Formats: sequence, C-alpha cells, structure tokens
Amino acid sequence: MTTGTLTAGRARFRLPRKQIPVLATLALLLVMYGIGVSQYTAFSNVQVIFNVFIDNGFLLVVAVGMTFVILTGGIDLSVGSVVAMTAMVSAALLKDGMPAALVLVIALLIGPTLGLVMGCIIHFFEIQPFIVTLAGMFFARGMCTFISGASIPITDGFWTSMSQERIGNPQGNFVSISVLIAFAVVVVAAYTLAYTRLGRNVYAIGGNPQSALLMGLPVARTRIAVYTISGLCSAIGGILLSFYTLSGAPLIAVGMELDVIAAVVIGGTVLTGGAGYVFGTVLGVLVLGVIQTLITFDGSLNSWWTKIVIGGLLFAFILLQRLIGIRYK
Amino acid sequence: MTDSRPVLTMTGISKSFPGVRALHNVNFQLFPGEVHALMGENGAGKSTLIKVLTGVYDTDEGTITLDGEPASFTGPMQANAAGVSTVYQEVNLCTNLSVAENIFIGREPRLLGAVRWGEVRRRARALLARLDLDLDVSAPLGSYSLAIQQMVAIARAIDIKARVLILDEPTSSLDAGEVAQLFRIMRQLRDEGIAILFVTHFLDQVYEIADRITVLRNGGLVGEYQTAELPQLSLVEKMIGKELDVLEGIEEHSRRDLAALEEGTPLVAVSNFGRAGAVAPFSLTIHAGEVVGLAGLLGSGRTEVARLLFGADRTDGGQVAIDGTASSLRTPAQAIDHGVGFCSENRRAEGIVADLSVRENMILAMQAARGWLRPIPRRRQDELVDKYVKALNIRPANPEVPVRNLSGGNQQKVLLARWLITEPRLLILDEPTRGIDIGAKTEIQKLVAQLSDGGMAVLFISAELEEVLRLSHKVAVMRDRQMVAQLANDDSLDADRIMQTIASGSHREEADR
Repeated sequence: MTTGTLTAGRARFRLPRKQIPVLATLALLLVMYGIGVSQYTAFSNVQVIFNVFIDNGFLLVVAVGMTFVILTGGIDLSVGSVVAMTAMVSAALLKDGMPAALVLVIALLIGPTLGLVMGCIIHFFEIQPFIVTLAGMFFARGMCTFISGASIPITDGFWTSMSQERIGNPQGNFVSISVLIAFAVVVVAAYTLAYTRLGRNVYAIGGNPQSALLMGLPVARTRIAVYTISGLCSAIGGILLSFYTLSGAPLIAVGMELDVIAAVVIGGTVLTGGAGYVFGTVLGVLVLGVIQTLITFDGSLNSWWTKIVIGGLLFAFILLQRLIGIRYK
Repeated sequence: MTDSRPVLTMTGISKSFPGVRALHNVNFQLFPGEVHALMGENGAGKSTLIKVLTGVYDTDEGTITLDGEPASFTGPMQANAAGVSTVYQEVNLCTNLSVAENIFIGREPRLLGAVRWGEVRRRARALLARLDLDLDVSAPLGSYSLAIQQMVAIARAIDIKARVLILDEPTSSLDAGEVAQLFRIMRQLRDEGIAILFVTHFLDQVYEIADRITVLRNGGLVGEYQTAELPQLSLVEKMIGKELDVLEGIEEHSRRDLAALEEGTPLVAVSNFGRAGAVAPFSLTIHAGEVVGLAGLLGSGRTEVARLLFGADRTDGGQVAIDGTASSLRTPAQAIDHGVGFCSENRRAEGIVADLSVRENMILAMQAARGWLRPIPRRRQDELVDKYVKALNIRPANPEVPVRNLSGGNQQKVLLARWLITEPRLLILDEPTRGIDIGAKTEIQKLVAQLSDGGMAVLFISAELEEVLRLSHKVAVMRDRQMVAQLANDDSLDADRIMQTIASGSHREEADR
C-alpha cells in the first residue's frame, strides 16, 4: 500500500500535455495554408509566406514582448500606443534634422522607460497590470497627438534604405531587413526564456508568485523586467513600423494591443501565466497573417472577416486551454 | 542516536506582539541525527518559534547559536544559506515547472549564464534517488500527488546542504501511505546526521517518529522529554495543562445500541447515488440521532459523497427518500430546505468569510434559509450568537471581531455554529477537526455526541480512525471512490479492521500497475 501507490503515481500523458496548444496552432496553420494552396494557385509561391512576415514583422516583435508579460500572468495594454509613439517621436526628430543614429537610440529608450515605470507601479503598489497599462496606453497615445495632430512623413536616407532593402535569392523571393530583425528578437527571446534565470523566473512567477517568493526568487526584479522588455519590444516594433510605413501617424496601431494578445493566446500561452513558448507566439502571428492573406486572395470578402475568424479562433483556443487545464491542476 | 553537541541552541527566547506575549523565555536545542517534535496547542507559540529561528521575526530577547556560533538570520533565504531549511504545510513550489526545475530554480548549474538542463536533470535524479523516490524529473510537478510534491519540497530543502530541516505540519494533507513514505525519508535523513524539527498535530505520528519532544504552552516552555519516557496521555496533559477526562465520557456513547436507533423510518435514505468520475453509486440510510462515520484515505471519495448528499454536486441517478417520502437533493437550497447542513472540509475557501465578524458568519446560513427579504432582528441575532459562543466556548468571546483573527479551531467552531443555528436534522461534517488543536478537537467531538443524543443525525467524515470509531454508530468505508462496506460500530470493530477494509483494495491496485 505504501511505496506501491506512491512511486506508481507516475505522470501519465505527460509528453503531449504541455505542447498540445502549440501543436494545435501548428496544425491549424498547416490546414489554413493547405486551404490556400488548394484554392489559389499563386498561394503556393514562397513569397506569400515571406510577405506575411514582411507585413507582420513589427507585430511579431511586439507579441514576443507580450509573451513575457503574459507568462508572468500579467497583461500590457500599452503596446499599441507605445508603437505609435515610438514611430511619431522618430518621425518628428528626423524632421528636425537629428542624425538617424541618435534618433534610433532615443526612440529605443522611450518604450523601456515607460515599461519600467509601469512595472514599478504594478509591483510596488500592488495595482492590477490591466489598469496601470491602460493608463500607460492613454498616456502614450496622448503623447502622439501632442507631438503632431497629423501624420509626419520620413524622408531620412537610413530609414528609406531600411524600408526598400530587399534580401532575396536568385529566384526573386525576398524579405525586408525588418524580418531579419524580428527573427533576431525571436531567437534572443526564446533563448532568454529557456536558458536564463530571468526566463525561468518568469515561468515560476506565472506558476505561483507566492511560491516563487518563498523559494527566494527575485520576484520584484523579474516582474519589473518583463514590463521593461515588453516596452523595449514595443519600441523595436515602432521602429519597424516606421520603416514599413515611412511615416509617424498619431492614430496608427490603434487596437493593436488586442491583436497582439490574440496572437499570443492563439500561440498557446495561457493567460493566467506559467505556460507557453515564444515559438507558439510566432505561430500565432502567422495564423493571423495567413487569415489576412486568405481573405485578400479571396477578394470578395470584407476585411472584417479577419476579425470574425480571429474571434472564433480565440474562443476555440481559450476553451482548449481550459479543457487541458482542468486535468492539469 | 544523538551527538553530545547540539547543532542548534535557542536560549531564553522572548517575543511579543502588540498585546500578546507570543514567547516567553523559551529554550530549545536540537542535536544532529535526531527527530525532535515541537508540540503544543494552536497559539502555544510553535509557529512563532519557527519564525524566530528562520529569521522571519526578530527576537526581543534571547540568543540563537548554530554549531556554537551566534546566529541571527534576517530571513528564510539567509537561514537557508546557513543550512536551516523549512518545508511548510502548503507546498510552496510551482506546479507548472518540472520536478527537476523546482528543486534547483534560483541556483541552477550554469555555463556562461545558460542553464545546463542536462546537469539539472542529472543532479535532480541523484538527489531523488537518495530519497529513494523514482520520479520522472522532467514531468511537471503538478502531475504528481500532493505527497510527492511535499517530498520534492524536502529534496529542494536538503539540497542546500541542510543541517537543520524544519517540517511544519507536513503530514496534515497526506494519507496513511504517504505519511509512511515521508517518515521513511525522515528516518533516512536523520541517519545521515540531519537534525529534524517536526511540528504536527497527530500524536500517533510523534510517537512513531520523534526521538525527543519539546512541549510549549501559552508561549512558555513546559519541558523537553525523551519520547520513550513520556506516555501519550501525559503529553496531552502537558499540552493542554489539565487532566484529560473529557474523552472518557464520549467513549461510551458510540457503543449504544444501533438496532434501537435503526427502528422506524430513516431520516434520509439514498439509493444508487453516484456521479461519474467522482464516486460510484452507493446507498446509505441515516436515522435521526445516528452518527454515521465515513472513513477512507484522502481522495477515496469521502467529500464527494458529502457533496452529493448536500446537492452541491448533482447525482447521476438514484432515489432519495426523506422521512420515507420520495424527494430530491439536487441543489444546496433543496438540501437546506430538507434540514441538511454541510460544514465543508475546506474552511478557508468554502466556509468562513474571513472579513465578516463572528456574528455575521454565524447568521449566514439561517439568513439564507429565511430568504434575504426577511432580515433576522438584531436582538434575535445577538441571542443566538451569544448562546453558541458560550456553548462552543469560542474565544475570544466577542461576536464582533472579524473571523480572520480567530485561530483555526475557533474558526471551525464558528462554522459549526452557523449550521447549528439553523437546527439541521442532518449535519454533514467534513473533516471538522483537521488542523485544530487537541482541546478544540475534544470539544467538537463532545458536541457531536451531544447533538446526536439530542436527535440530530450526523455524517462524520474524518481521516482519523480513532475519532470516527469514538463517535460513530455505523462506519461507511470508502475505497477508490466506492463505498465498499458499512460496518456497525459494535465491540468487534476497531481501527485495524477498518484499515484492513480500506487496504484490501490497494493490493489489487498495485497488481494493475
């Protein structure tokens, strides 16, 4: 009765369990791609996939930052506004004739600074991340219109070259530099989460913050770090967006935070924290991108169908997580 | 068994909180290679002593020496680093992380900043092998039972080259087999020279494992004893500070004639109640004035039976007759209408509303039964509450203090009072005495006996067989989510026979695996 029952209590069904949401997303992506290829001959062109990355590189970077936050069980609603603010600040400073290198440094400092402040408020005053980052969202959006009520075009040489540079193969397929930057961010983030103490502490806090504290983990530092990382990713995303549009517009990326959250959740990261992968987030962003592409290829469908499909998928994935979670507890 | 030099000495420790003297001039010493039980009622100062030792609290007076050197820790982490590790009642690990990671997180072996996962797993396997545990170290901790999680917590604690291991009520949520496994590990660590400080409410466990016992009462030191030289009865007397004759009166109660009780129509008779995945269909009759004990291991389906009878979960089928009339128990509201009360096992999460006062907590169920549109007059409330505060000896005897300020035993009594006020005909008590001290435990047992003498039917669920035997007229035994036997509590029934009934299924289980 004694040892038999205990050691026999081995984990069953363990292998797929944690990876089920990611595998489901991967399957979904393959099915959607299959549908595209079977319906439209041009869909099988590799450039279709490359274009998904080109169009969504900035979204991917921001979603990677959001993955850190959601893994701790938090949320960051400010990302869309910070993306817009970064693009606005860059455009305004470039218009004033500041050198591109200096503009880059300044633009990349704004997001993390705001993230650091929000992280400190969330941790030290024990305020819900939802409301703190909502305040951050209004603040950053307000700053956009404060800088300029209208869109500011970017004519700087560095920016235009980054925008137009094509890195391709002899067959004529290409990606933009932004895509390479996004991939670099993904690789660094995946490594950080899997192999560094900071990354593992993120998972521990998402699993059980109280336990993490009692195990002696630096909860304060980690929690503030994730909002700073999210701010940095938003800033990089903002720069990539300004490469893509060659302008700063006060009302760009409105509601983007919700797309980002949708991508992260569809990518299998659990909203209560503690489980998920950067790889899943990449898949989540690809799912959103392929839906858009499918609807563009169809041509007859209104672009709002994108939202309807994303809504349906979100429901499905939340339910899937719930069903897995019931037995996991 | 023990070396001559103590690894840890606490001398003249005093600690006060505003209005309370939690510890007064307490001495405590711990030798390498011993299991030392720290005993006392709730509020005797056990937790405070541990918190002083691990640096959660400062001392007002007194000194602590570790290996002869003066030591004062500023927090659990620093105590850890010095070789003093604590494992708490609640497992403070992250269930979403793997077993290996839970053991090493925060001090993983790294190479140039990168965690060496292979090394982490290898060391975790080695450490668990030392504890004779065969686990898959890369499986998430949450896929293992609470008992295993507890042992992983110990593995984490001893990896920090612990010399002193503090186990604060580690057994309160483990079943008998799991406790045995824990004890095996404790003995092994003891033999390796680790000093173990063990806090528990279970007297039998103390006698099974502890070499020496230190007893605290009201923040003061009563004494330090060799376990072998201190009979169990004297230990209890030292803990509560008075002669223990209260238990004797109860003993006779249970041997009453079951046949006499079971004449006439049963109060509640269910047949083929069950719920897929929770408990297999069972039939049970309970008569007025009868105490039915429900025995079985943790997770054997005891609570599930209670929840079905209270309508908290819905039965898949079967019939229920109340006073001989066909009826139904499909929602808690229906059950309450029929005079069923349910004191939940999980008093923090499902019972007590911590921020409400004692009075408000007691009145809740009665108010719910009357409907919210008919408030109970304040004077009537005060009468009722005063009556039960006195009857149950609830301390402090002030009905207006928030329940969160009461000790666990007193919270449990408030919860009991809540249902007693509604004058239920059948009261379901799920582990009413778990985690409370021996004094409060005895009072609650006495109360159950009195209530049944007064004609109330009671379904009494407890992991402690002695308690079930002492109180019940009839014992229903649960095993693997089935009600496997209903035994009349006559002279032939004892703890061994119940254990055998519980255990006879486990062999089959082993064979399956």
